[in-house]
Amino acid sequence: MPYRTDQYEGMLAETVVIPGANGDPVHAYFARPLGPGPFPSVVLIHHMPGWDTWYKEATRKFASRGYAAIAPDLYCRVAQGTPEDVGAKVRAEGGVPDDQVVGDVTACAGFLRSQSYSNGRVGVFGTCSGGRHAYLAACRSTAFDAVADLWGGGVVMRPEDLTEKRPVAPIDYTKDLPCPLLGLFGSDDRAPTPEQVAIHEAELKKHGKQYDFTMYPGAGHGFFYHDRPAAYRAEQAVDGWQKVFAFFRQHLGAE
Amino acid sequence: MCTNIVEHTPLAGSGKGAIGWFKVAQAHVTYDHPFHVDLEHALNIDFTNDAAGVDARVAVELTLDSAKNLAAAILAAVERAERYESGA
Repeated sequence: MPYRTDQYEGMLAETVVIPGANGDPVHAYFARPLGPGPFPSVVLIHHMPGWDTWYKEATRKFASRGYAAIAPDLYCRVAQGTPEDVGAKVRAEGGVPDDQVVGDVTACAGFLRSQSYSNGRVGVFGTCSGGRHAYLAACRSTAFDAVADLWGGGVVMRPEDLTEKRPVAPIDYTKDLPCPLLGLFGSDDRAPTPEQVAIHEAELKKHGKQYDFTMYPGAGHGFFYHDRPAAYRAEQAVDGWQKVFAFFRQHLGAE
Repeated sequence: MCTNIVEHTPLAGSGKGAIGWFKVAQAHVTYDHPFHVDLEHALNIDFTNDAAGVDARVAVELTLDSAKNLAAAILAAVERAERYESGA
């Protein structure tokens, strides 16, 4: 339903601690509309730079559009400090383990689905490394009803790029993807390159998966990031956000 | 982590960061997403003392050309310093 100037609007946004992978306590930023619901839900998976301001803004953006939204701090076990200091440590350590991320993200889905105001449908959204993680979590669980992968690099991986923390290329789980996928990419990006996106698309077609990919000309990596002037592309970002919310509205409900 | 370009080296010396002076124990050199410089990827050097906490860090984020210039300047200065110390 379109927003009206005379309607009530309210939101609760706060830091919470939830049990993540292996029951470990994990910080998460949680925002939801006020009211009894029912609300659909979205888990947001932060990018390589960490659990930062952009992701908290994005979490509130989802809540303002009628979603209960949660963004876990995937680097929570590594250290506590400024997002930049913690992110730098994780960057130096080669990231966090895929299995742990999948555990944290699916735990968030369970948390959201268990709320009395949940409509029972949960999506997952991520950008950069979070886009890769979103695809991975969607393929490796049945927790999600829709997945949005925004410029997730490393879905397609060369054998020499596999590590102990990232032992399997996400594309290799494509046959298990149980839900619709939205993919937004930039033609100037190098992670993923347009060629890697084409390889991913071919794999989705091969397995008969439901997907919707858009490759934006003139955009590179991170074209939604309004706080990164060199990366931000206003026209593509406006269209991309519309696609994200249309996709989740179709598959999860809300608005 | 997005590029898999990471190098590490132990160091001995001091650095001054957000917590003031601290003993620098290592440098982590990456070509990956920076936090501040407006580039998709930068040559990032974190001078750290990992045992002292994540805020024991001095960070620089450089363009590749300036990183090459820095490396050349360090090597040139080290060469002159070694000549000085040897009395040559």
